[in-house]
Amino acid sequence: MMYGWTGNILRVDLTTGTTTVEPLDRDKAKNYIGGRGLGVKYLYDEIDPAVDALSPQNKLLFVTGPLTGTGAPGANRYVVVTKSPLTGCIANSTAAGDFACTMKYAGYDLIILEGKSEKPVYLWIDDDRIELRDAAEIWGLDSEETIKAVQKATSLRAKVACIGPAGENLVRFACVMNDAGRAAGRSGVGAVMGSKNLKAVAVHGTKGVKVADRAGFYQAMDAAFKTLEYEYVEEFHQTGTPGVLSLVHEFGVLPTRNFSVGVNDFADKISGETLADTLSVRKRMGVACPGCPVACGRVTKISTGKFAGQGFGPEYETIGMFGSNCGVDDFEAIAAANFVCNRMGMDTISTGNSIASAMEMFEKGLIPESDIGFPLEFGDADAIVKLAQMTADREGFGDVLADGSYRMGEKYGTTDYFMGVKKQEFPSYDPRGLQGMGLGYATGPRGACHIRGEAQDLDLYGVMNWRLTADRGLEVLDPLRSDDKPPLVKDVQDWFTMIDSCGMCNFMFFLMVDEDQMRQLIETATGVDMGGYEGFMRTGERVFNIETLFNRRAGITNEWDTLPKRMLETPMPAGPAKGQVVRLAEMLPEYYELRGWDDNGNISDAKREELGLA
Amino acid sequence: MAKMINVDIEKCTGCGVCELQCSFRHHGEFNPLKARIHKTIYIEQMMAVPVLCRQCEDPWCARICPAGAITKGIDTHSGAPVVTVSEEKCVGCKMCVLACPYGCISVGDGGVAEKCDLCNGVPQCVKFCLRGALSFSDAAEDMLDRKQKVADALLTAYQEA
Repeated sequence: MMYGWTGNILRVDLTTGTTTVEPLDRDKAKNYIGGRGLGVKYLYDEIDPAVDALSPQNKLLFVTGPLTGTGAPGANRYVVVTKSPLTGCIANSTAAGDFACTMKYAGYDLIILEGKSEKPVYLWIDDDRIELRDAAEIWGLDSEETIKAVQKATSLRAKVACIGPAGENLVRFACVMNDAGRAAGRSGVGAVMGSKNLKAVAVHGTKGVKVADRAGFYQAMDAAFKTLEYEYVEEFHQTGTPGVLSLVHEFGVLPTRNFSVGVNDFADKISGETLADTLSVRKRMGVACPGCPVACGRVTKISTGKFAGQGFGPEYETIGMFGSNCGVDDFEAIAAANFVCNRMGMDTISTGNSIASAMEMFEKGLIPESDIGFPLEFGDADAIVKLAQMTADREGFGDVLADGSYRMGEKYGTTDYFMGVKKQEFPSYDPRGLQGMGLGYATGPRGACHIRGEAQDLDLYGVMNWRLTADRGLEVLDPLRSDDKPPLVKDVQDWFTMIDSCGMCNFMFFLMVDEDQMRQLIETATGVDMGGYEGFMRTGERVFNIETLFNRRAGITNEWDTLPKRMLETPMPAGPAKGQVVRLAEMLPEYYELRGWDDNGNISDAKREELGLA
Repeated sequence: MAKMINVDIEKCTGCGVCELQCSFRHHGEFNPLKARIHKTIYIEQMMAVPVLCRQCEDPWCARICPAGAITKGIDTHSGAPVVTVSEEKCVGCKMCVLACPYGCISVGDGGVAEKCDLCNGVPQCVKFCLRGALSFSDAAEDMLDRKQKVADALLTAYQEA
C-alpha cells in the first residue's frame, strides 16, 4: 500500500494497442517525487533523448504528484512530459483541472503512452477498465467539441484531456487541453500527442487518495490554508493573472512590439482591472480549479461585433503576447485570439510572440507581403485572430508560424527577431529590466519560461516570503542588479521544480505557502522522510540536473544558454529600465559554478555523484 | 434561530474544497464521490452551487426510516439542530435515500446511511471555505445581512435615479 502515490503506472502501447498496469518504482518515486520530476526520470530512463520528437520512439507521459487530488491547497495538477518538437529539449507542461485529480482517483500516478497508433484513437479509463477506442469521428473537432463528444460516448462524468486541430496538424507549440480551457501549454506536447494519432484521454475514477499520516497532513494542510488568508489573495482572486500587467508595466518590462520596448501608452486599456470590469462574465470574480481557495480563473464574453464569442481566459501572458507585444490595444481581439488558441489547442504565448516577430520582420522588409497575403503591421487587431487560426490549420503563412519564430527566422535569413531561448518564445517579461529573469530564461531546461523558476517574482516583488530569501537575511531586491542573482536564481529554480513535482499549483507558493509547509505536506502524505530542508532542496536540484542531462544527451549544449542579441546588446530605449541590457556574461559563470557545472555547462562527476545521477 | 450551514451562492467559486475536506473527515481519504456536500459548476456563467443537507425541521429521511435509526436532535457542541443516523440501528435499507428531496443522504461502503453530521460542531467544509461561500451561522442573522445588502443596492439605485 502506498500513500500519496497510487502506486500504479498505466502503460499504453499505441502501436500494438496493448495496455498494462505496472507498479510504480518506489525508489524513483522517493527520489523524484512525482509530476515533473518523476516524469522526467521515467522518460530519461526509457528513451534515447536524441530521437525525433515526433517519431514513434518518443514517449508521452501524463504524470500526477503525490499531492494531486488531496485537500492541500491547489493540489490539482498533472504534468505532460515528453521530448519537445519545438526545442528538442525536455518538455514538461503542467495543467490543472478535474482531469488531473480524476486520473489519480482512477488509480494512476503515470500514464505512459508509447509508439504510434495506425488510426486515430482515444483512450478511455474507467477505474481498472481500460480501452482504446476508434476516434475517426472526433478527429478534426476542436478541443471544446472533443471533450463534449468524448463525454457523450463514455460518461458525462468523465474528465477529458485532448488535442485540437493544432495538435493534429503538428503545430510545434500545440497544447494538450483539458476540462474548462485548461492547457498543458508549452513546448508542443500536443503535437507529440497528435504524432501518435491519440486524440484524447478520458478518465473516470472512484477511488480516493489516502495519506500516510492523517493527523500530520491535516495540520500541514490547515497551516497552508491559513497562510493564504490575506488581502493580496483577494486581489488575485478578483483580477487573476491579468492583475500583474499593471505592475509589470510599472517596472518598464511589459513586452511591446516584439520586445523592442517595455512601456507603452495603452497598458491601462489591457490591464487586469479593465478585464475584470468589462469582458469578465462576472465582475471582479474568479472561478477555481479543484481544491483551490484562490480561484484566479476567468470566463470572458464578447456579446456583439466581429469578435463575439465566449471562452476561458485570457491570462496575463496571453494579453502580453497578443496585446502589447503585437501592439494591439483591443481587448476583444486579444480575447478572441485566446478563444481560437483554446479551441484549436495551441500555446497562446508562442502563438502571440511568433506573430509579433513576423510583424517586425514584415515591417523591416524581411518577409514579403506576398508570403503573408496581407500587410502585417503592429497593432493589427484582426490579424492576430486570423493568423492564430491560420497557424492552427497550417494554412498559408500559418504553416510558417506553426514551426515557431526561430524556424521562421531561419527561413527568412535571420533569427535576430526571434525573442526566446532554445527556440521557445519568451513569455511576457522583458528581461532587460529584470536581471534575475534574464538568467532564469537563459538557463531554463525547457527554454524561455516564466514558471520553471519564477525569477520574475523575485525581481518584481522585491523579496518573497520564502525561506530561500529569508535565510539570506534579504529584505528587498533590486531588479536591475545582477551580482546578487545567480544564487537566488539557482535556488528558486530548484524549489519550483519541487512545486511542479508535488502536484500543487505554483501560485500557492507565489502566494506565500512556503518550502517547509510544502515539505511537510509531501512527507505526511507519502510517509517519506525528505531529509529536512536540505534534502528537499537537493531533490529539486536532482530533477533540474537530470533535465539538463537529458538536454545534453539530446545534443543541446550550453551554447543555447543565451538570450537574443537584442536583450544582450540593445539597451532598453525607454521607461524605468532605460539603458539596461541583460548582463548575462557576468552572471552565467557564477551560476555554473554554483550548479557544480564546468565552463561548458556539463555537470561535474562530483555533482552527479552527490545527486545520485548515473 | 439556531446555527446552520448557510450558502452564499454569490461567493462560491466551485473549488470543491468542501467536498475534499468532508471526505477526509468522514472517510480518511480525499474523494469527492464520498463527500456529503456536492458542488455543481456552471462554468459558462462563472457560477457554482453547493448542495448539502438542510437538517430539515421535519426530515423525510427520519420519517420514512423503518428502523428508527434517523433522529432529529441538537448538536451538543454547537447547539445547532442536526439530523443524525444511528449506525447501530441502521439496516442499510436505503429508504432515506429515496425520500430525501436533496439527494443528501446515501449508503456507502460501510452499509449504513451517511449524511452531514456537522463534524462535532466544527463543519470542515465551512472551516476551509476561504471565500466565505459557506458559513456556520445563525440563519436569521444571515438573512438580515442579505436584506441589508438589498437595501444598500436599493438606496444606491434610488440616489442615482
